[in-house]
Amino acid sequence: MNVDLLFFIPIALVSVTSAVAMLFSRHAIYSALFLIINFGTIAAFYLMLNAPFLAMAQVTVYAGAIMVLFLFVIMLLGAEQLRQRQSIRWQQPLAIILGLFLLVESVYLLFSAGNQKGPLPSFTTLLSDFGSPTAIGEILFNQYLLPFEVTSVLLLVAMIGAIVLTKSEKG
Amino acid sequence: MLPVSYYILLSAVLFSLGAVGVLIRRNAIVIFMSVELMLNAANLAFVAFSTMYKSLSGQIFVFFVMTVAAAEVAVGLALIVAIFRSRHSINVDELSNLKG
Repeated sequence: MNVDLLFFIPIALVSVTSAVAMLFSRHAIYSALFLIINFGTIAAFYLMLNAPFLAMAQVTVYAGAIMVLFLFVIMLLGAEQLRQRQSIRWQQPLAIILGLFLLVESVYLLFSAGNQKGPLPSFTTLLSDFGSPTAIGEILFNQYLLPFEVTSVLLLVAMIGAIVLTKSEKG
Repeated sequence: MLPVSYYILLSAVLFSLGAVGVLIRRNAIVIFMSVELMLNAANLAFVAFSTMYKSLSGQIFVFFVMTVAAAEVAVGLALIVAIFRSRHSINVDELSNLKG
């Protein structure tokens, strides 16, 4: 058993378990906290995949900013305990069955197509600055400069949208 | 030396869990969190393939996906707050009227 597998399996178990726990916890607060664990494990996977910059961005943007926003709204609304009244009774079992179908289909597609055996480089052998902030910045500001600038417009629109939506009608 | 299919398998599992979460939960906030889970599963596949092909474009894409997710969350949560103000509920089953 090599060291990659030794790291991969426990983190994958934590990742899947926290995702399942997020789905089935009654309180929205617990769901949010489990999702933070899940984002942390995904950041660990990014580190194992030689993407240190993305791992840090994952922790700051997702586990930091986005989940704080979620927790803030959950606490603001005070609606963390919803009564579980299903108006469509057969929806929940049907959804689980369809989700299983989706999983089986994607796994079947994955293992029926031939050539995805490509081995990843072990994370114990450092690739020379692949995925480092320097390399990411270089490609971001040369090859992807226009999409990067468009992103700023997107963020501006989102900011204005959030302000307009939450502004009270009379104000 | 893990094969890339391990990561893709994990990504598929997380994506399916997110899809199931969107379908079975009635709380709008938890539905949003499930969408975030699906976005993260897609990101994981992107980074795995990026490392496999030694190309940084996949990681740049993940960067953009994170930006879009942040914008989506800001607008989505603002929508949820606005809906809660007018309907006093974020249960999606109770939001079935087109004209409030």
